Amino acid sequence: MRGRGYRVWVIAALLAIAGLALAAYKWRELGFPILPKAQTEVWTVEVTVSFDSGPGPIKANLYIPGLTPGFAILEENFVSRGFGFTPNYVSGGRQVQWARRRARGLQSLYYRAVIYKDPAQTESDTTPPFPAKPRLGEPFDTAIDVLIDDVRARSADAESFTEELLKRLGQPDVDQNVELLLGAAPTAAESARVAQTLLAAARIPARTIRGIYLQDQQRRAEIVPWLEVHDGTRWLYFDPLTGNQGLPDNFLLWWTGDDDLLEVDGGSDAEIRFAVQRNVMSRIDIAQRRVEESDPILNQFSLFALPIQTQAVYAVLLLIPIGAFVVVLLRNVIGLQTFGTFMPVLIALAFRETQLWWGAILFSTLVSLGLAFRFYLERLRLLLVPRLSAVLIIVVILMLALSIISHRLGFEGGLSVALFPMVIIAMTIERMSVVWEERGATEAIQQGLGSLLVAIISYAVMDLELIRHLFFVFPELLLVVLAATILLGRYSGYRLLELYRFRELAQKDD
Amino acid sequence: MFALAKTLRRRGVLGLNERNAQFIMRYNERRLYPLVDNKLLTKRLAIEADIAVPELYGVIGNQHDVRRLGDIVGDRRDFVVKPAHGTGGDGILVVTGRSARQQHLYQLANGDFISESEIEHHVSNIVSGQYSFVGTRDSAMIEYRVETDPFFAPVTFQGVPDIRVLVYKGYPIMAMVRLPTRRSRGKANLHQGAIGVGIALHDGKTLNGVLGNDIVYEHPDTDEPIGGLTIPLWQECLTLAARCHELTGLGYLGADIVLDRFNGPLILEINARPGLNIQIANRAGLQNRLSLVNDWTEELDADAKVARVCEAIAQAGTTEKAET
Repeated sequence: MRGRGYRVWVIAALLAIAGLALAAYKWRELGFPILPKAQTEVWTVEVTVSFDSGPGPIKANLYIPGLTPGFAILEENFVSRGFGFTPNYVSGGRQVQWARRRARGLQSLYYRAVIYKDPAQTESDTTPPFPAKPRLGEPFDTAIDVLIDDVRARSADAESFTEELLKRLGQPDVDQNVELLLGAAPTAAESARVAQTLLAAARIPARTIRGIYLQDQQRRAEIVPWLEVHDGTRWLYFDPLTGNQGLPDNFLLWWTGDDDLLEVDGGSDAEIRFAVQRNVMSRIDIAQRRVEESDPILNQFSLFALPIQTQAVYAVLLLIPIGAFVVVLLRNVIGLQTFGTFMPVLIALAFRETQLWWGAILFSTLVSLGLAFRFYLERLRLLLVPRLSAVLIIVVILMLALSIISHRLGFEGGLSVALFPMVIIAMTIERMSVVWEERGATEAIQQGLGSLLVAIISYAVMDLELIRHLFFVFPELLLVVLAATILLGRYSGYRLLELYRFRELAQKDD
Repeated sequence: MFALAKTLRRRGVLGLNERNAQFIMRYNERRLYPLVDNKLLTKRLAIEADIAVPELYGVIGNQHDVRRLGDIVGDRRDFVVKPAHGTGGDGILVVTGRSARQQHLYQLANGDFISESEIEHHVSNIVSGQYSFVGTRDSAMIEYRVETDPFFAPVTFQGVPDIRVLVYKGYPIMAMVRLPTRRSRGKANLHQGAIGVGIALHDGKTLNGVLGNDIVYEHPDTDEPIGGLTIPLWQECLTLAARCHELTGLGYLGADIVLDRFNGPLILEINARPGLNIQIANRAGLQNRLSLVNDWTEELDADAKVARVCEAIAQAGTTEKAET
């Protein structure tokens, strides 16, 4: 006995852990949302490359996002009629190479990526080597030495050194050395390049990264350079113009280094345009697409891999265990009586379609009318199976009549009566009439109302959006329901209504 | 609410979940259920074991045989038709007499007359399984109608009072008698308004009755006092109930016994899932007596078991009185 109780707890615990662990994995690692209607921003970035083709073979190399701190790529497409394309990794990140033997006239190539925020993505570069000291020749070397000595005196580490340096570079009119190196009105790219040289002179690894700001509805996004400095353990990001540290939230790193974004061999007048568009997308869709790429096994055995109609069926079927669990609670813990164990669950499923109050009214009407006919049939003394069939036929006729009448009267809700499980209703009528005759009307009506109450409660639970969402996205939670059901199967305490039933026994002896 | 549950727990009141988990599932093997669920089988077993049951006149097992009803009944004036797989007294038809002028008109316990073809329809309903809780084909049993012992006449309205004895591991541990009333339409079913009356196990004296949830001192239809009556042949009733344990092998059962004026105590049926109302009728929880029996491990025969329980309960009664 004790052994069996122990086993039940172990089994329930294993089931619950398995279900919760899988759900937690899908939530934490794959980003499936716990709450319904969770949506997240996605950006569609489109790069249009156009150029005039020359007479010979054409090769176009375009940097595309590879390592993107703070963002992940959901999907990408290459549209390039007549061109072969191969994406590959190069030192500055990722590149796609479009190639064609022969082309005529203006060529347009497109790259499109759908990108979403993913804080888990970080730059995973290894530590770079210390750079060699640059030799530019006089008077630049002296200017560099003076500037570096000065900045070094006013800083403590790579971080503060860079900040101080960029501050100086931002004011070329104050310091002659800076003006010599940088010119009077430097651009961000020039600032970054000079800062990189100066940092190299101070033996601090640095590089320029380039990217775009993700903003809504940008027809022409600009490439913005950013300075990356390695402080010995990780990369730090600096705005080359202001010296502010840190990457802006919406900065999408496109490539690193000083290479050109686009190189075209065999073409001329190359032009490149960035367009950014912001959309909202369901988190489930994003998580699902990620699973497709990252976890093929989970993907193949996922509910989302089923055809969409089947998914819709399962969206309903997955609620039946919830209904069954509610029935267990109401019968074994509360102590309500029902006709048939799972009849209320099926009625509750029908309520989903008919709406609750319409459903309750229609169900009561149907059962009452059916009962009236059933009592009349009793007088005809039919055999059981023909009588059951007769009740079933009457139920169908009543359903039709109810639909037609309510339609005539303008109650469109009455039309949904057709969604009731008629066989279940016919059986309910039959059983109710037997109880009515044998145990009296009170008990029959009591049990009938009990069934209706259980149906309404299971409907209320099954209709909770959170429940529907959770069990559709995390069907493995059914294991938790199974565990709870198994545990309830060992519940041997009083039922709530028994407290009422036996209340006399709690009185003082008379 | 929890306080109420706690009080009930302290008083040893058994709940349905606990009854199912701790007693029915543990001591009633499923393979034994058919022995009691099929009353025909129970009756045959009982006859073999020489346990007194109402005489079986005949069985109708298929629709074709329904017309044999007349042959089975013959010229008997009274009989009972019941489904072999019925529960809770459903589907039982009690014929108490026959019209003097028309042989095909039968009288029911409440005085109504019904025709033979109406009885045949009822039999046909039984055979097709209307009252069977498994919902499959069933048989109709036609058997001897028990005539109430005159002892019960003052406290009975129509029908036959039936004594329910709860038997645990062969020890009778609690008993009640169910008295039919007008409200219960002559049926000995507490749900329908019969009175449940607890019985002091050791001496067969009735306690006060319970009607619904109220305590009653007199029978509502006859105004006769209910409490303090000594059930005749009580020891025989207890022994009969105790023997149902060996008969069926069930560790936790309810034996339904009727007192026939000619044949004495008869086993009417045996229930593998006896209800818990017996606690209300006795105003006592079952747990104490169940655990009392759990302490007894010796192999005894039915008579010795009855004696042992009676002794223990009589003793508990006197100590209780001494304490109060």
